[in-house]
Amino acid sequence: MAVPTTAPFANRHVRPATHRANRDPAWARWALTAVALVFLAFFLVLPLLAVFAQAFAKGGAYFLAAIREPEALASIRLTLFTVAVAVPSNVVFGVAAAWAIAKFRFPGKSLLTTLIDLPFAVSPVISGLIYVLVFGAQGWFGPWLIEHNIRIIFAVPGIILATTFVTFPFVARELIPLMQAQGTDEEYSAVTLGASGWQTFWRVTLPNIRWGLLYGIILCNARAMGEFGAVSVVSGHIRGETNTMPLHVEILYNEYNIAGAFAVASLLALLALATLVLKSLVEWRQTGTA
Amino acid sequence: MSIEAHGIRKKFGAYTALDGVDLNVPQGKLVALLGPSGSGKTTLLRIIAGLEFPDPGSGRVLFHGEDVTDVPAGKRRVGFVFQHYALFKHMSVFENVAFGLRVRKRSHRPTNASIAERAHRLLELVQLDGLAGRYPSQLSGGERQRVALARALAVEPKVLLLDEPFGALDARVRKDLRRWLRRFHDEIQLTTIFVTHDQEEALEIADEVVIMNKAHVEQVGTPQQVYDKPASPFVYQFLGNVNVLRAPALAGSLRRGLRPDEPAPDGQIFVRPHDIEVTPHDAGGSGLSAIVRHIHAAGPQARLLVEQVQTREHVEVEISRSELTDLNLRVNDLIRLRLRQTHSFDEDYAI
Repeated sequence: MAVPTTAPFANRHVRPATHRANRDPAWARWALTAVALVFLAFFLVLPLLAVFAQAFAKGGAYFLAAIREPEALASIRLTLFTVAVAVPSNVVFGVAAAWAIAKFRFPGKSLLTTLIDLPFAVSPVISGLIYVLVFGAQGWFGPWLIEHNIRIIFAVPGIILATTFVTFPFVARELIPLMQAQGTDEEYSAVTLGASGWQTFWRVTLPNIRWGLLYGIILCNARAMGEFGAVSVVSGHIRGETNTMPLHVEILYNEYNIAGAFAVASLLALLALATLVLKSLVEWRQTGTA
Repeated sequence: MSIEAHGIRKKFGAYTALDGVDLNVPQGKLVALLGPSGSGKTTLLRIIAGLEFPDPGSGRVLFHGEDVTDVPAGKRRVGFVFQHYALFKHMSVFENVAFGLRVRKRSHRPTNASIAERAHRLLELVQLDGLAGRYPSQLSGGERQRVALARALAVEPKVLLLDEPFGALDARVRKDLRRWLRRFHDEIQLTTIFVTHDQEEALEIADEVVIMNKAHVEQVGTPQQVYDKPASPFVYQFLGNVNVLRAPALAGSLRRGLRPDEPAPDGQIFVRPHDIEVTPHDAGGSGLSAIVRHIHAAGPQARLLVEQVQTREHVEVEISRSELTDLNLRVNDLIRLRLRQTHSFDEDYAI
């Protein structure tokens, strides 16, 4: 006869066979780690290596030539210019929005919070199309813009608008929870001590959010450089004029210039790696000072 | 500088935080705003500071007779200390204290040397001069609180406002610091209002106590006045432990133990645990029969929880340890209660 399982003795006897979460056998731990590493290798490391391998497939000279080609240089310049406008704008908008949401009570606050997330929720292609519908030749302001000889769609302003829209949430999203957690007491202290709003912002608020802000800027920057969908819709793909780096990569690829495409792509990949390093540095500083 | 507030109303949406509150704080006094959470005391303090504003057209705030209702916080010359200190985390203790001087307009800004001198003098005043180079995260709660105080004093305020100044400290530090604050106030003689929900704290150090409840001021007076002559059942209950007895329960034998002017027969009687005398039941005489249910003998006083035989109401009684020894009480013993001092109010009051 088996001992009833409710008896203390039976329990004691059975216990070694049951696993607690922190007592997984070695093989399970190794297997799980291996699965994760294999997945990482296949989906992240391998493609990254492939990018660089393809970029240098025809040798270093070809790589340099592909990058130095006037159209490639133009795309790099345009990307940098777009980022130079879009990222600072989003820093200003993002800080202002986060400040308003975190530090004040006002009607429509939850609506504003939802709106900030809109660019994440909407497909980038739709984001681009919105601008075509608004500013394009057939759009709402199209005739007026043509009359005044202002080009937005299929021109640099459209690219900047689309990029700014798509990357808008990064800074604000990063700052809102941070500023909400910090509350308003320090700002109020500064105010009772006679500081103006401007002084309060520069001397109290900004130092408190600097690492979060930097983190947001890094993410925003990475996305702004890499944005494809929205920019593709509004750009018009005019070579040497409205092609950003991701668009230039696509064109080269479609022309079967694989090595050239990957050469430019490797620049973007390098940027991504640099972003990751910066990001970890900032995260390390953030936890260090917290 | 004296502080007056007249007819202050403040609503947050549908919630009324202050409903026509008046306040009068004479020059140089230390006044406690005492009340349970949600009574509106912090809102009143913030309105005095200029961090919140009363509802339009509702009331005025006067400093030394001068209307400051529409003056922004930075121009009122108030020193405000927050419950959680609100020190600037990224600045050293010294820079925290110097902040109020550094943000002044260039024409009014002292030189660096005199800023440094003043900051060090203030840190000396709060007994923290050795910690000028530390950061807030490296300080204890009590030290942070004193840094916050020094920072508030740096701008030479006319009024000092403290929001739950000891709320975030542990019990021992809290006691030390509140006595220190009393001495400190006597030294600097600055009109001071502090908010607290701790009646012991308010009664111990304040010159005057303003008791608030549900957006109203219930009573204003010296600690002794409000403790001995509470204006309402709320005040009576808030300022210490109290038993509320239904008057019918006091029929018969107990009535004889009371002064004739005391309770109305159908009202309620309030009696503090230490105002009840315990005698053995078989000794006879007047008094209310009760059974001892619990005895808590830890602490300076012994606390008994007894149940009235007639009504089964529970009553808390405090007697000295030596009395407890003399009576030789045990749980389930039958005793008699006599009420030495009771209080009753005219208006109906439900618990």
